[in-house]
Amino acid sequence: MTVHITTPTADKAPPASSVGVMGWLRKNLFSSATNSIFTLIGLVLIYKIVPPALNWAFFTADWVGSTKGDCTSEGACWVFVIVRIKQFLFGFYPPSEYWRVITSFSLVGVLVAWLLIERTPKKGLVAAFTVFCYPIIAYFLFYGGSFGLPVVETHKWGGLMLTLILATIGMFCALPIGIILALGRRSSMPIAKTMSIIFIEFWRGVPLITVLFMSSVMLPIFMPETWQFDKLLRALIGIIFFQSAYMAEVVRGGLQAIPRGQYEAAEALGLSYWKTTFFIILPQALKMVIPGIVNTFIALFKDTTLVLIIGLFDLLAVVQAAFADPKWLGFSVEGYVFVASVYWVSCFSMSRYSQHLEKKLNTGHAR
Amino acid sequence: MTAENAQQATSKEVMVELRNVNKWYGDFHVLKNINLKVSKGERIIICGPSGCGKSTLIRCMNRLEEHQEGEIIVSGITLDDDLKHIDRVRRDIGMVFQQFNLFPHLTVLENCCLAPIWVQKQSRKDAEAIAMKYLERVQIADQAKKFPGQLSGGQQQRVAIARSLCMNPSIMLFDEPTSALDPEMIKEVLDVMVDLAREGMTMLCVTHEMGFAKTVANRVLFMDAGEIIEENEPNEFFNNPQSDRTKLFLSQIL
Repeated sequence: MTVHITTPTADKAPPASSVGVMGWLRKNLFSSATNSIFTLIGLVLIYKIVPPALNWAFFTADWVGSTKGDCTSEGACWVFVIVRIKQFLFGFYPPSEYWRVITSFSLVGVLVAWLLIERTPKKGLVAAFTVFCYPIIAYFLFYGGSFGLPVVETHKWGGLMLTLILATIGMFCALPIGIILALGRRSSMPIAKTMSIIFIEFWRGVPLITVLFMSSVMLPIFMPETWQFDKLLRALIGIIFFQSAYMAEVVRGGLQAIPRGQYEAAEALGLSYWKTTFFIILPQALKMVIPGIVNTFIALFKDTTLVLIIGLFDLLAVVQAAFADPKWLGFSVEGYVFVASVYWVSCFSMSRYSQHLEKKLNTGHAR
Repeated sequence: MTAENAQQATSKEVMVELRNVNKWYGDFHVLKNINLKVSKGERIIICGPSGCGKSTLIRCMNRLEEHQEGEIIVSGITLDDDLKHIDRVRRDIGMVFQQFNLFPHLTVLENCCLAPIWVQKQSRKDAEAIAMKYLERVQIADQAKKFPGQLSGGQQQRVAIARSLCMNPSIMLFDEPTSALDPEMIKEVLDVMVDLAREGMTMLCVTHEMGFAKTVANRVLFMDAGEIIEENEPNEFFNNPQSDRTKLFLSQIL
């Protein structure tokens, strides 16, 4: 027997070419001839596109004024958006009642922030309030008809306000319904299973536009006069059912990834089906499919624009309607850029939050 | 009648009894006419070649598997389709798995407290106190706030044992508790199990750890092809096996 090493070798620093800025550049941008060519093409494209775009949107744009004539420079005319911003935000909601919309959204903003920010006290109470009390408060604020608030019919709702109402209610309802459908589809009870499969496959198999058309055009024809209900509500139910079918399949993916042993350990401890589902299975399954859930949320958020085809004026529809104003002809690019940025900021925030959530909930079991 | 008289003579309470139990997976006859009586405080080791039905046998005792014929009586309760019976049996019988099956999204302490709180309706404070007591007993109390993914296999299995003990079971089932462990971690788990056996816990353990079997077992059962081929007290079993299949099996593992 021979002993090769008697004292441990001291650690050495890695070679300079593999660390620092130069190392990074060499490894990521200029590792081969092809890579270097693509890097250069990329740089040229960035140079060609980014400065003109910034010039148009910011440096040579017009920001102040009240008429078309105030847009004199060659850049974007944001005056168009600023002048009409109230309509873009509130649709045809009466200006004297704007405070109701602002109050309602501020309230939900505070509640959601309270729930999302770590280390705020009484989270359970706030969550219960958000789920059970807030919808009632919001309903009376938006629609009115009680507490001395005048009624504002839903066809006057519009703009970003309508988009946010459709999106938040849609997400809020699609997730729980999706979870129930996913559990149903994996259930051993034949009736629950069949019903879930039929529901999911039906709603997933039809285009959302068809659903919206059906809800606004066909239903009123086939349903008795006394059963008629609000067009917005019909569209909302259509969106919720449609997206919950997608959500169900996302959640089912998570449920299937849970090892059999988790169910067995819970059963062996005497936990019932619902307690196992609630405490053991869903927390793990939902955590795994956060990217899929957020994906569905983002799709839902953007799909709300489709309600314009049944005559609801969401953000996009309101902006498009403004293009037809004879005083402001020719500013559709600004309008679309504005709408696109609002959607992009919202969707990107959701995406960032989901990444934060994934990191926070990672308990190191994924190896 | 004779069986009952014999039982009274030894004045031992029967914890688990199986009478002519048969089970099939599809067409595969996995348990054949199993008869077994386990008295209070007995430590039984079940061994046998892979696929002989030994895991299935103990998994039938808390209804993780359903048997199709025969009777299984645990702590005086007959296991049948009545969910209340299954519930009561599961409260009285703890189980430790080969793959630990800890809940990865909960801390060690939460793993231990979940069932006491939601099944036995203990207060969180009581449940935590009891959990800490058992975590100390398996010498892992200092890791209580960690998640299972941060622990070694041996530590995880000790947590799994503590989690079962928190439900205060009168019977413990072990399904190859050391088979998934690295060799240097087997001893720490077996030590905990030996302690448990010394305190008089009724144990049924599927294992190939023959040293452990010799230390703690009252009886060793040898199964093959769904049948209990041979049972004996450990020294006799290892030194003087009766059937050819037992001899073959022992020659392969020792």
